[in-house]
Amino acid sequence: MTPILSVRTLSKSYGPRLGCRGVSFDLWPGEVMGIVGESGSGKSTLLGCLAGHLAADAGQVIFDTRSHGPRDVLAMAEPERRALSRSEWAFVHQHARDGLRMGVSAGGNVGERLMAAGARNYGAIRGAAQDWLARVEIDPGRIDDRPSAFSGGMQQRLQIARNLVTGPRLVFMDEPTGGLDVSVQARLLDLLRGLVRDMGLSAVIVTHDLAVVRLLADRLMVMKSGEVVEQGLTDQVLDDPQHGYTQLLVSSVLAA
Amino acid sequence: MTDAAYNFAYLDEQTKRMIRRAILKALAIPGCQVPFASREMPMPYGWGTGGVQLSAAVLVPEDRFKVIDQGADDTTNAVSIRKFFERTAGVATTTRTADATVIQTRHRIPETPLAEGQILVYQVPIPEPLRFLEPRETETRRMHALGDYGLMHVKLYEDIARHGHVSAAYAYPVMVEGRYVMDPSPIPKFDNPKLSGCPAIQLFGAGREQRIHALPPYTNVVSLDFEDHPFEASKPEHPCALCGATESYLDEVITDDRGTRMFVCSDTDFCTSRRDAALEAAQ
Repeated sequence: MTPILSVRTLSKSYGPRLGCRGVSFDLWPGEVMGIVGESGSGKSTLLGCLAGHLAADAGQVIFDTRSHGPRDVLAMAEPERRALSRSEWAFVHQHARDGLRMGVSAGGNVGERLMAAGARNYGAIRGAAQDWLARVEIDPGRIDDRPSAFSGGMQQRLQIARNLVTGPRLVFMDEPTGGLDVSVQARLLDLLRGLVRDMGLSAVIVTHDLAVVRLLADRLMVMKSGEVVEQGLTDQVLDDPQHGYTQLLVSSVLAA
Repeated sequence: MTDAAYNFAYLDEQTKRMIRRAILKALAIPGCQVPFASREMPMPYGWGTGGVQLSAAVLVPEDRFKVIDQGADDTTNAVSIRKFFERTAGVATTTRTADATVIQTRHRIPETPLAEGQILVYQVPIPEPLRFLEPRETETRRMHALGDYGLMHVKLYEDIARHGHVSAAYAYPVMVEGRYVMDPSPIPKFDNPKLSGCPAIQLFGAGREQRIHALPPYTNVVSLDFEDHPFEASKPEHPCALCGATESYLDEVITDDRGTRMFVCSDTDFCTSRRDAALEAAQ
């Protein structure tokens, strides 16, 4: 079996400041990888480099494409990478506003990726949008409402629907539950877990919430100062942390 | 009448060369917006400064020039631009579409079919079809470069979702030769089919936005649509009240303060020549 995503010594710095350095890992099909670490530890930089939003300084990101097999994403031309990010990838932003078009109805938001991929049948696009709204537990009757009329949790779920409508294989999530209240977080996590299992998605989830990774991630990577300090199975890392920073992280979680 | 203080057709020769280079580039890449160093013209932005600069760059002394504004030859904008070139270029002018070699137009394509050798110059307010969907110029340029046009259909989708049909009645986006999405300037969508396969050269100039785009003769232009909501070139369901034409685009004219209205051809030359022909036939 080939890994769906294979990262080799990925580095990125912002001038003299370090973004991330020497990150290597393999992500296997159907696997969910969590990345945790404190603010400024390079989690989001790493995710941005993987998804092609940021230009990495060095390293390789090899993605197993549907049509051409393993390809280095960083060496791809921009049109190819965009096509890939529309069809095989999804990116869920922390703030739903960054990932949604706020001036466009929910249906239009969900349909955009379909239309970009060449769908030209209005009825079919609308049908798919309704189906997806139902799958993320939004009343399909609200298909013509704008996201600005939605609550924060609904916006986040709409963003997920918009991303998953083209049936991607790899999802990047940047703090998907950040800024939501606890009960909404729980529902969203349940939903995400269901979708990941049903669709057989692979995912990379960046978060600083250990409960999120405990629930969703199969494997865990702990970052500090731009480097990976520890990685392994989620339960293993959380229950028996080896690195000093991980121990600090685990012990600093407040028990409810 | 020529005012000797001006160079032929107002603009200096270097400026015309610059504009002609942009025109050639625009013709070579149909539908692509080519930047040019738009000059201040002796009229306000929005009055056709882009179109006037294109006309000035393509006019030669032998040309016969026609200007229309919403189809009409006798409205303020059309009259003042025609006067402008009568005075600064001394070219002959006409109102007859078939006689003209250069036609500057605001928001209409003449009803009379254009022929090879004619140039149609459009005045364009906003050349970027994606502008109201994506405000960043850097991003729209990248979208054009990569042919990333999913967003354009989102706009049509929104129209259908809200109104049950594509409500855009003018500035209806088109795909040029399967490559560039282009805003055909605010012509009614009734005129969109005339863009495609036109034997004349079509030039689009936006003075304030400093862009030129063009369609060389016989270019394939397709209006964007959905399979189950095909493009429709609509017009009011009336015959012209003056000439009785059923196939021309009509203006609605309100004639008193009690809601009486009539529909007349928006193309005044087309309407007049039809009425003249009817009159001759009757005599």
